[in-house]
Amino acid sequence: MSIRERLSGNEAVATAMKQINPDVVAAFPITPSTEIPQYFSTFVSNGQVDTEFVAVESEHSAMSATIGAEAAGSRAMTATSANGLSLMWEMIYIASSLRLPIVMSLVNRAVSGPLNIHNDHSDAMGVRDAGWIMLFSENNQEAYDNILMAHRIAEHKDVLLPLMVCQDGFITSHSIENIELLEDNKVKEFVGKYKPEHYLLNKNEQMAVGPLDLQGFLFEHKFQQAEAMRNAKRVIEEVSVEFEKLTGRKYNFFEEYKMDDAEYVVVCMNSTAGTAKYTVDELRAKGVKAGLLKVRMFRPFPAEEIAEALSKSSIKSVAVLDKSDSLNAAGGALYEDITSAMYVNKKSVPVVSYVYGIGGRDTTSDQIESVFKDLQKIDKDDKVADPYRYLGLRK
Amino acid sequence: MAYNLKEVMTTKPSRFTAGHRMCAGCGAPASARMVLRALKPEDQAVVCCATGCMEVSTFMYPYTSWTDSFIHTAFECAAATESGVEAAYRSLKKQGKLPEDQVTKFITFGGDGGTYDIGLQSLSGAMERGHDMTYVCYDNGAYMNTGIQRSSATPKFADTTTTPAGKVIPGKMQSRKDLTKVMVGHHLPYVAQTVALNNFKDLYEKAEKAIYTEGPTFLNVMAPCPRGWGYNTEDLMEINKLAVETCYWPLYEVIDGKYVINYKPKNKLPIEEFLKPQKRFKHMFKPGNEWMIKEFQDEVDKRWQELLDLEEMTNKAESAE
Repeated sequence: MSIRERLSGNEAVATAMKQINPDVVAAFPITPSTEIPQYFSTFVSNGQVDTEFVAVESEHSAMSATIGAEAAGSRAMTATSANGLSLMWEMIYIASSLRLPIVMSLVNRAVSGPLNIHNDHSDAMGVRDAGWIMLFSENNQEAYDNILMAHRIAEHKDVLLPLMVCQDGFITSHSIENIELLEDNKVKEFVGKYKPEHYLLNKNEQMAVGPLDLQGFLFEHKFQQAEAMRNAKRVIEEVSVEFEKLTGRKYNFFEEYKMDDAEYVVVCMNSTAGTAKYTVDELRAKGVKAGLLKVRMFRPFPAEEIAEALSKSSIKSVAVLDKSDSLNAAGGALYEDITSAMYVNKKSVPVVSYVYGIGGRDTTSDQIESVFKDLQKIDKDDKVADPYRYLGLRK
Repeated sequence: MAYNLKEVMTTKPSRFTAGHRMCAGCGAPASARMVLRALKPEDQAVVCCATGCMEVSTFMYPYTSWTDSFIHTAFECAAATESGVEAAYRSLKKQGKLPEDQVTKFITFGGDGGTYDIGLQSLSGAMERGHDMTYVCYDNGAYMNTGIQRSSATPKFADTTTTPAGKVIPGKMQSRKDLTKVMVGHHLPYVAQTVALNNFKDLYEKAEKAIYTEGPTFLNVMAPCPRGWGYNTEDLMEINKLAVETCYWPLYEVIDGKYVINYKPKNKLPIEEFLKPQKRFKHMFKPGNEWMIKEFQDEVDKRWQELLDLEEMTNKAESAE
């Protein structure tokens, strides 16, 4: 029997971490992820976990210590947001290149500047090419579930890549919602023991990590990372199937909400999907065939599968909502990924980009409804005159 | 047991092998090898290096000079990286996930760039957190790996590629940071300043104390650089000796806050003796630049006196008891 609880997104992540009982956690406080190391250090102080908690002096050191701990042969975790992730940036690339299955909770927040502590996805988008698996979560339940699946994916011998679980700062990290937790023993059994093949503390085999890697080999090593990322797709699918057997909760690369006969489709990630589902229902009641595609797995990017899903004959137009601006004069990052996926897979339907919710700007169902209205107009006009748009911008 | 170099060399095999690409006449590799020799042969070590000469010259894929487990991540975070390894060791040990008889020591090397400057925060954090590790700074007084740029360890007036001795500005215009004292300010159980000298006795004994003192310990090892300092490679040991005999680089240790000066020259040599064989100070010997030598000498004297005072002050309490 699962346990019914009411937890915030941060509490859900901290609870998952407690149940996983990692060997080392190294973290530095930053709003809105601060609560995660706070809750977790309480578990440490009360002897509820075996973890060594390293209260580092910066996020750069948080990731450095996490890398050291994981390379040493322990399971290491951390959490951060926004500028914290920016400060880690150098180490984020090093973590993935060293093929260390570190798990991080990223509570998404706007990256400075100017300073803003509220939610958008500019932090995550800044590391989208860093070689980390990136899973997005609509609510506390998904953040919890994704963390429980994380080590199984990251530590798989065909993957060995770090993984970050994203959720929206404040919107889900600080909102208390119902949640179903797994029993401790079931988590323990599902996550399993960490058995690295090579590690620094192995008494019987020395190991050297992090060489100077020049023209002769770096290319091949990067190719191996790319291969691991491709492998991750299969492993994520396998782990999700196993997780569904255990919990009844089904996770795909992306969620299709009322997509079977949808004519107008909105694509987004994280908590906005909740608002979008409400809007889809409202519009459906009015006879508009609205649908939602919520991306859970952003890295690896399910290009082929998304292109396939968006090429149903019923679909007339698509809007991709990016909670981060790429400032490239062309469109958001998710939009770019989706349009290239469709082009490469020879799927053609009008697609428009909306940058929205920057710096925690509220995104209402009315705004999402206006997007669906725009989609109907695009269909009627049979063209996307201005594909790079803003939603909810002050006039 | 009295220190005997021959015995150390024969009973403790090198854990830092030949074939690395460090320059001839560089003070760093010999120091690193000797630091590692201070380990008990039966003990394991995880060595961590900051990016720098030492790292890029000793671990170029697929070769390594280190016989112990080794990790390098980046320039400014060797101490933080090693602190993670050490935390993992404590965690796994506590949980019985490592063999009970396993003893692993944690030794980190960084140049003055990675230690005095870009890595200072990470070092300070790791030391304050009390990780059971030894941080060894090999101080060659500039960013040598990128081509001799000034660091906060570069002595005043030194000619570097970012403080070139020019017509208007005669080299670096600031005195060097006293990192050893910065580390003393962390109230560590053991802090020492040393150099390869007299059959490595001072270096070896301090490394042994640092490694086998529980808690965070710090060694500052002067490691001359023939390219950056401009001396003949065969003169390395002579340069080391002159640094000590002029009191430019005093040998001392601070044990639980108590200063011990390990060597006080009977006849303190004038600083010119140390400056003269080095090209980086050549401009100081041009006619009209005598003031530079005087200023340098005054700074050395001031710091030496300060050290003598600290030794007296920190040992006074006990003798009064």
